[in-house]
Amino acid sequence: MGTPQTKSDPNTARLSGLSLPKGAGWASAARKSALERVITMGLPGRRDEYWKYTDPKGLNGPVAAEAAIIDSTDAPGFSADSLKIVFVDGVFNAEASDDLTLAGIEIDRLEDVTASDIHWARDVYGVLEQAGQDPVARPLAALNTAVASDGVVIRATGKAAKPVSILYMRKSETADVVLHHVIKVENGAELTVLEDGSAAARLNMVIEVDVADGGAFHHIRTQGREHERQAVTHIFGRLGQESLFKSFTLTINGALTRNEAVLEFTGDNATAHVAGAAVGDGKFHHDDTVFITHDAENCESRQVYKKVLRNGARGVFQGKILVKAGAQKTDGYQISKALLLDDDSQFLAKPELEIYADDVICSHGSTTGAIDEDALFYLRSRGVELAKAQDLLVLAFLADAIDEIDDDGICEELLTRLQAWLERRQD
Amino acid sequence: MLEINNLHVKLEEEDKQILKGVNLKLEPGTVHAIMGPNGSGKSTLSYVLSGKGGYQVTDGSATLDGNDLLDLEPEERAAAGLFLAFQYPTEIPGVGNMTFLRTAVNSQRKLRGQDEMSAGDFLKLVRSTAKDLKIDADMLKRPVNVGFSGGEKKRNEILQMAMLEPKMCILDETDSGLDVDAMKLVAKGVNALRDGKRSFLVITHYQRLLDHIKPDVVHIMAAGRIIKTGGPDLALEVENNGYADILAEVA
Repeated sequence: MGTPQTKSDPNTARLSGLSLPKGAGWASAARKSALERVITMGLPGRRDEYWKYTDPKGLNGPVAAEAAIIDSTDAPGFSADSLKIVFVDGVFNAEASDDLTLAGIEIDRLEDVTASDIHWARDVYGVLEQAGQDPVARPLAALNTAVASDGVVIRATGKAAKPVSILYMRKSETADVVLHHVIKVENGAELTVLEDGSAAARLNMVIEVDVADGGAFHHIRTQGREHERQAVTHIFGRLGQESLFKSFTLTINGALTRNEAVLEFTGDNATAHVAGAAVGDGKFHHDDTVFITHDAENCESRQVYKKVLRNGARGVFQGKILVKAGAQKTDGYQISKALLLDDDSQFLAKPELEIYADDVICSHGSTTGAIDEDALFYLRSRGVELAKAQDLLVLAFLADAIDEIDDDGICEELLTRLQAWLERRQD
Repeated sequence: MLEINNLHVKLEEEDKQILKGVNLKLEPGTVHAIMGPNGSGKSTLSYVLSGKGGYQVTDGSATLDGNDLLDLEPEERAAAGLFLAFQYPTEIPGVGNMTFLRTAVNSQRKLRGQDEMSAGDFLKLVRSTAKDLKIDADMLKRPVNVGFSGGEKKRNEILQMAMLEPKMCILDETDSGLDVDAMKLVAKGVNALRDGKRSFLVITHYQRLLDHIKPDVVHIMAAGRIIKTGGPDLALEVENNGYADILAEVA
């Protein structure tokens, strides 16, 4: 970050005045140090290069904008058998959640963990976030570390007996929620985390994932289908030797979404795949920002992002692969594609490669296009109505990204859900 | 069945007249062939009838069983019983052939106010129809026309035609790109659908397809008009002498 320099920011006074949650010594220290980071970095503004395409105003301000709840009948959740953890307006809800015991993993509440003097999470909480501040500042993530009081802390010591699903319900139209999850996948362990739901009118979410040597972490989330909610999420991943990290996000609607994935390979022969599919109509701004650092040999990273935009919706992709000196045999791949259903919609892509090793394979691509008129006519000539034909082509376009998920059952479920969403898009 | 009167069509974006007064009438159960040199407007006729964009009808009419076709959306024309077997079937990555077929069958039924076909009935029908056309399970699973050979694409067109059971089938150069065996297989598929009521309009450059799909009437099209109409012999005449004689005769 170079020389720390406090930016003059109208929010500085507000930040300095924030009261941090109470906790054990290590937690208080982590929060205090995070707050200092935010004050030093300043909250993001339009002049920041990293926020050139996304206006952070809605995410920065002191008060969250109200967001209507449109989907109270659709309880979030996946059909796969899983251990359910439920948050209502950003607060853990024990009654709605399953018993938090499961073979192969330990689950705690962040609140309890940060109150304990000794806990493994102290080596991860705020640590991966802080590591991810270099070379690009991510002030909203540091702010999260400073003020978050709720979240789950999961440690996988073996193969988890079933996935853990974290479900977010909304009751309040104004809830301004900060959640922070900490996940550690120990040597040779395996864990799948599913997330579903819009969570809040405004959400600031950080997930720190530490995958030790030979560990495997799978993450699939959907961010609900509400129109007015705003969210900034960060996933920080540290990948040990021969580990596997896979994360997929499905976003439907949402006035403003910024999803950052910040991953670092610290051990050789590891694999990281991140993917996302987003569908937006009208007041929709969706930003995928990915930063993958290769600091080990023979690792493979893959980014696959697809967006479908209509009625003036805007999509952003900023993806970077940084290959440090010595990270030989790196295999880096990145693709971002947008399907624009009309002339009013827009896709802005900024793919970046920065490579300091000489024996690597890295490629990137980005395309923006309209729907294939020939394919549309072909479908219609067979009797498929225009809207349905468009839906079929939209699903086909997104299928590449959804196929990045290993679990066929979940792929199928997401496609079915997408199809239903497309059919009801007037809601 | 199909009745076309004085149809004039130009390109939407250009001042270029393609069809200059086409007249055609097909009775139920008949097979008509249209032959003609390149650029005579044969494919345009098939596209305009099925509702492809990019064309503007400047005069004339086209009706199917008395209903004005030109006023309908492409999907409504399909539901009314019109089917075009494409010269170059479109590849649609990401859409499974089976999903596509089921969607098409049920969309048409919905447009006609019928109930959807049950998954079981659909599977039974698609399997038996595919078998006759030597379409294997793998081709049904793959994305529509993606990676299909020329022959496979044309067989896939006939499969759709058999599944959708249209009244009026237009085959646009279905023989192009096919070897003799593939052509026979396709022709067999078409002939299996001849039931005395269904009509066919077969667009082709070559007489050889007409050896296998026997037409009742043959039309010669040139410069946007039908310039000569006759029996099956007319196709043989073209095969032997080319179009020069006929063009000269009309001029």
